[in-house]
Amino acid sequence: MKPRHKRMLLIGGGVAALALSATLVLSAFQKNMVFFFSPSQVVSKEAPQNRTFRIGGLVEAGSVKREADGLTTRFVVTDTANRIPVTYKGALPDLFKEGKGVVSQGKLGADGVFVASEVLAKHDENYMPPEAAHALEQAQKAQKTVVQK
Amino acid sequence: MIPELGSFSLALALALALVQGILPIVGAARGDARLMGVARPAAHGQFVFVALAFACQIAGFVNNDFSVLNVATNSNSALPLEYRVAASWGSHEGSLLLWALMLNGWTVAVTVFSRHLPEQVAARVVGVMGLIGVGFLAFMLITSNPFDRLLPAAADGRDLNPLLQDPGMVFHPPMLYMGYVGFSVAFAFSIAALLGGQLDAAWARWSRPWTTVAWVSLTLGICLGSYWAYYELGWGGWWFWDPVENASFLPWLVGTALMHSLAVTEKRGTFKSWTVLLAISAFSLSLLGTFLVRSGVLTSVHAFATDPRRGVFILGLLVLVIGGSLLLFAWRAPKVGLGGSFGVVSRESALLTNNALLSVAAASVLLGTLYPLFLDALKLGKISVGPPYFDAVFVPLMTPVLFLMAIAPFARWKNDTVPALAVRLRWAFGVALVSALLLPLALGAWSPMVALGLFLSLWIFATSAQHLYLRLRGKAAEGTAGSRLRAIPGGWWGMWLAHIGIGVTVIGITLVKGYEQNLDVKMTTGDTAHLAGYTFKFMGVSERNGPNFVAASALIEVTRDGKPVAMMKPEKRMYKVQQMPMTEGAIDPGFTRDLYISMGEPLPGTEAWIVRIFYKPFVGWIWWGAIFMGIGGLIAAADKRYRKLAERAATRRPATPAAAPAPAR
Repeated sequence: MKPRHKRMLLIGGGVAALALSATLVLSAFQKNMVFFFSPSQVVSKEAPQNRTFRIGGLVEAGSVKREADGLTTRFVVTDTANRIPVTYKGALPDLFKEGKGVVSQGKLGADGVFVASEVLAKHDENYMPPEAAHALEQAQKAQKTVVQK
Repeated sequence: MIPELGSFSLALALALALVQGILPIVGAARGDARLMGVARPAAHGQFVFVALAFACQIAGFVNNDFSVLNVATNSNSALPLEYRVAASWGSHEGSLLLWALMLNGWTVAVTVFSRHLPEQVAARVVGVMGLIGVGFLAFMLITSNPFDRLLPAAADGRDLNPLLQDPGMVFHPPMLYMGYVGFSVAFAFSIAALLGGQLDAAWARWSRPWTTVAWVSLTLGICLGSYWAYYELGWGGWWFWDPVENASFLPWLVGTALMHSLAVTEKRGTFKSWTVLLAISAFSLSLLGTFLVRSGVLTSVHAFATDPRRGVFILGLLVLVIGGSLLLFAWRAPKVGLGGSFGVVSRESALLTNNALLSVAAASVLLGTLYPLFLDALKLGKISVGPPYFDAVFVPLMTPVLFLMAIAPFARWKNDTVPALAVRLRWAFGVALVSALLLPLALGAWSPMVALGLFLSLWIFATSAQHLYLRLRGKAAEGTAGSRLRAIPGGWWGMWLAHIGIGVTVIGITLVKGYEQNLDVKMTTGDTAHLAGYTFKFMGVSERNGPNFVAASALIEVTRDGKPVAMMKPEKRMYKVQQMPMTEGAIDPGFTRDLYISMGEPLPGTEAWIVRIFYKPFVGWIWWGAIFMGIGGLIAAADKRYRKLAERAATRRPATPAAAPAPAR
């Protein structure tokens, strides 16, 4: 092989490898992106079926119920305008509390119940997950416009 | 009074940093020995004042001076002393001061160990570090002064976040920061080389030990952080691909590439531009990491809105450092040159491939960390990118890296051939492949991922063993095996041990991912649960009072085939000041497995608790591997040849009369 051919081979190989890894990274990114929806968006059918997404808001006061097995919890996530029932099996994080902010990740069942695979409540008592705060804000804005009409 | 003294010290340190950043660089450009001589005394002076400020801050925390805002928000009179000290770097302001102190520590180390360097190089390196100091000190004084007063003073502090009240908090941040800031030395050497237009093997040799020590600190810092998250968060996870973790992992990936690229620059005089670019990237990512974590952007992009000056300053500083050094690179790199050529199959090409793959890996982590922030800041929607993305990207990217990592030490410089390498490594390959295919059957279920992970680590072990054997046997070498063993240089041992460390970590990750088991179970006194052949008996819950918390402490007896294994005491704590509950897991560590128990919540109306039990095979190997890497790095950095070369250089160049007066040798 002439040095020129060698160099071309090297450059060609490098570009091909780079393109391959970029494709890999971007497709993995596309596939594993998790979108966030507020309860109102879920009610208006903006959220996808059969795909994992996140919902957030407040845990509605008085909504937390335990099943007889002690492990499954049912609660309602609300943005004060709309409510979504959620079920989760497993131990809940320390800061999960009625009336406090929460974000859960999971899938929406055909019966409208959100089956959570993860429940996140962050590390600080006063801290509101940004997604949950966003959901509440949106709901408040929507309500205001309704009143003004 | 003490806080004002601290504030004043910071201002003086800033003045000295300006002197240190400007005069020596001007002096180096003009060849003025008097101006260059300013570098060392100015650096020492800056260190003294930053250290004084740091001491003032610690004093505020130790004395419970709640008239200082930083103390009032992050400490409490009931907090134990060691956590009051650690709380001083728990906040945004305090961690910046720690950063500045580390920077000055590294600068002083450079002034002490750089006596053999040409005066111009040393002046430029110290000068660049002075400029970095200017950026940080100005940022602190203008937007985030740790000595700001709170008037009227608070009666008591708001306490340190309970999650941070742990020995991990005492060691993890300083270690991590030592790594972050350590890359500033490699950065300063690169900028100095670009300024001087002289970038050769000698330059690489000077930079290497500094880069390695910084990399060791970062490795151990990340390892401590991972272990801390494992035992403190109570979820049994050891790496979450959390943005905060990613922020420390990014400079590690690029720093690893830099370390290897520097080796090639030193040995072969090639990869020069690439090395400089990596040094700039590693430090830029360290800066980005510091700011991402400390500025609060990660918890909410709107954190900046509360203090826009901070955001503007940070962005300005990042643009200045990254943009400025890249401009300098674009302007001066052609002068530096590319260096020698090498074949398609050679040690250089193997190292270059791994460099490229590590950079792609870093880019993919950066994408996953920053893209959600961008979308949010531009109000284009909220997304999150979790572990599935990073797992999907990392396995295919790291597989060739680990495979090539074992081959590179065997490949010849400049030119080699695939058949020759295949012949050299056929036995190691066969042994690794067969054991990797069979071992999973002995451990439990066979799965392709476990086989792949085992193959890669066994491949690293087998080739490492072969490499050592070849070193000891030698070709017609004189002397006994013992004398040959002693003749192996520290640099080689360091590489060998660090590579084995990677293998150990990969085994840990593979087996814990493949075979971990966990169980969430409802338990009352007398109940038993079974997991992975162990029996867990719930003996009851008692109340315990800590210094600033009350805890429900459970007692769980663990047995296996009727024989006692451990008594474990997981706790659920309630911290009084912040009214925050905390899970304190109990761990029974072992060579081949950890048992991990954490308490969920009590079930209302009953005596029962939800208990989470984890069986984590080989999880400890993840951190042991990192410790191997750290020891390897230290051995490599302490290699005698760096000192020998330094001495030789020093004897060749008699001290010039204009050189700075030596305060202490």
